[in-house]
Amino acid sequence: MSATTAGTSTAGVAGAGGVAPETPVRAARRGRGAWRWVVFAVLGLYFLVPLAASVWFTVRSRDGVTADVYTSIPTAEGFTENFGRSLALGALTVLIALLLMVPTVVLVELRLPRLRPLVELLTLVPLLLPPIALVVGVRSVLAWAPEYFLGTPLAEAFFALQEPALPWILVLVYVVLALPFVYRALDAGVRGAQLRTLTEAARVLGASWPRVMLSVVLPVLRTSVLNAAFLTLALVLGEFTVANILGFETFPTWIVRIAGSQPRLSVAVSVLSLLLTWALLLLISALDRRRREEDPA
Amino acid sequence: MTAAPEPGTVAAEMPGRAPARAAAPADLREQPPVGVRLEGLTRRYGGVLALDGLDLDVAGGEFLALLGPSGCGKTTALRAIAGFEVPDAGRVWFDRRDVTAIPPSRRDVGMVFQAYSLFPNMTVAENVAFGLRVRRRDKAERAGRAAELLELVGLADRAQRYPHQLSGGQQQRVALARALAVAPQVLLLDEPLSALDAQVRVQLRDEIRRIQLELGITTVFVTHDQAEALSVADRVGVMRAGRLEQVASPDDLYERPATAFVAGFVGTMNRIPAVLGDGDVEFLGVRREVLGAAPAAGPAFALVRPEALEVEGDPRGPGRVVTRTFSGAVTRLTVALPDGVEVQADVPSAGSQGLTPGTPVTVTPAERPALVEPADLTP
Repeated sequence: MSATTAGTSTAGVAGAGGVAPETPVRAARRGRGAWRWVVFAVLGLYFLVPLAASVWFTVRSRDGVTADVYTSIPTAEGFTENFGRSLALGALTVLIALLLMVPTVVLVELRLPRLRPLVELLTLVPLLLPPIALVVGVRSVLAWAPEYFLGTPLAEAFFALQEPALPWILVLVYVVLALPFVYRALDAGVRGAQLRTLTEAARVLGASWPRVMLSVVLPVLRTSVLNAAFLTLALVLGEFTVANILGFETFPTWIVRIAGSQPRLSVAVSVLSLLLTWALLLLISALDRRRREEDPA
Repeated sequence: MTAAPEPGTVAAEMPGRAPARAAAPADLREQPPVGVRLEGLTRRYGGVLALDGLDLDVAGGEFLALLGPSGCGKTTALRAIAGFEVPDAGRVWFDRRDVTAIPPSRRDVGMVFQAYSLFPNMTVAENVAFGLRVRRRDKAERAGRAAELLELVGLADRAQRYPHQLSGGQQQRVALARALAVAPQVLLLDEPLSALDAQVRVQLRDEIRRIQLELGITTVFVTHDQAEALSVADRVGVMRAGRLEQVASPDDLYERPATAFVAGFVGTMNRIPAVLGDGDVEFLGVRREVLGAAPAAGPAFALVRPEALEVEGDPRGPGRVVTRTFSGAVTRLTVALPDGVEVQADVPSAGSQGLTPGTPVTVTPAERPALVEPADLTP
């Protein structure tokens, strides 16, 4: 190659990726990387500082650090009863929400795809409507209906819904509040699976629809169903407004009630409740990761 | 409609590309073959007519391919046989049994889908045995049948794997085994090879044909790939706009297309301006007999395959080679003729090196009767 050509060539490509420009590119990448860490650290502090402060509040004492308040939680007055009630409400809410939404999502995907926007909109309503408006409406109906239907089985049903030991009315309201999360979790799973082909394959092999749902659809949507279930459970374990306004005692309302007389116990239980919710979410994430590793496609 | 030919004629000529496999289970082989008849099937989606009074007879034990462009209704027809589509009009018969209103779960058909359809939560063996589990067969029978069929498709050693641990071709083999495990009356194949790479596709295609012949099971195979259809089917039905244009053996379809659409869709066909005389046709300066019934005299198009044209270098020839595409033993030439006519011709590669782009040539049709289409017909 002649000197002239070489000189021209060097001049022509220098700006397009020679050695010199790489340094600023790397520096820019390093800069972006540093910013990521800054954002991550700020976010971490935002979440961890209040949590750490809460933990410190519960463990400090005049004699130093003690876990007494945590060990006293199981025997605290009202804990077992209210935590148990909230767990039962959560389990029933999960069950009803899934029984309602799994067939709906599958039906929309397979048979009525044109209804998808409508169903999406309907499930968004609980997010758009303030819970206070919902609960005031429910309270009005609960106040009016038993009197109006007095002496009929319907009035009995309304009383049964408000049984303080297990207030089914809360389950019904929580199902509505959980709809947006349940629908989106299930819809994401349905869109990722080739549900139409799988159900048709099962049908042509002789399976009835219930069998198709149990043997094919539910296992395929396993992660989505778990997602929906855990999100719903977390919602129920933390829901305060509806239970408080309707006058039922649940785990969150109990925490608020004891906060006045036993503030350290109240905060300790809140911390544990938060950790439990995080553990559940991490479990979903771990299950999902395992599934992705099993099925790279 | 043409009568269904004796099944199995194509396969006898096929070279055995697939590796040797185990024989099919005896009870599957002993099943009497069932014929399928579609009678005036009509299916409309909104304003689109997917099936327009479709009539089709598939003989017991026959391998029939439905071929056609996208949207021609071939998959709808297959889904109507499976029971996934309920026709607006018409009937589906399995021999003398009217199955039009019977749901897919009770039709007794096996189906292999275009998309991978194995149940991801089950092992290969569990997938194959699924249909038998639904039918409440005992565990030993299920395991035995799954093992036999996995042996048949050459995947006995993959029985305990999960679908995601298999290649695309292996997944489709398992899907075939699963479809056959329930001893179906009819096997339906909905473009099962389209997601596979070329080499696996040819191998699996031949394997499907081998198994179909061994079991003698009536099979309907939907594809848009003409090479696939022509190479394995006893007969091929070419569909267009919800109707069958022609149902014939691969040879007949290629050599004697019934319509201009079939001629254009199956293989490559040159349409060369011609003049129809009394029983013969003149084009490219020569006269040839007319194949089949001759239309009325007048302007027409001669329909000629590329391999039925001879090309010779000629300094005073009217044609000019435009492009040259080498494909092994044969080279395809595109030749421009006067009046803007362009034809494609396949010539033996050996000795055709001189026919480079720009070379003046003479194009002559081979000495054989020519198919003719009146000039006023649109393809």
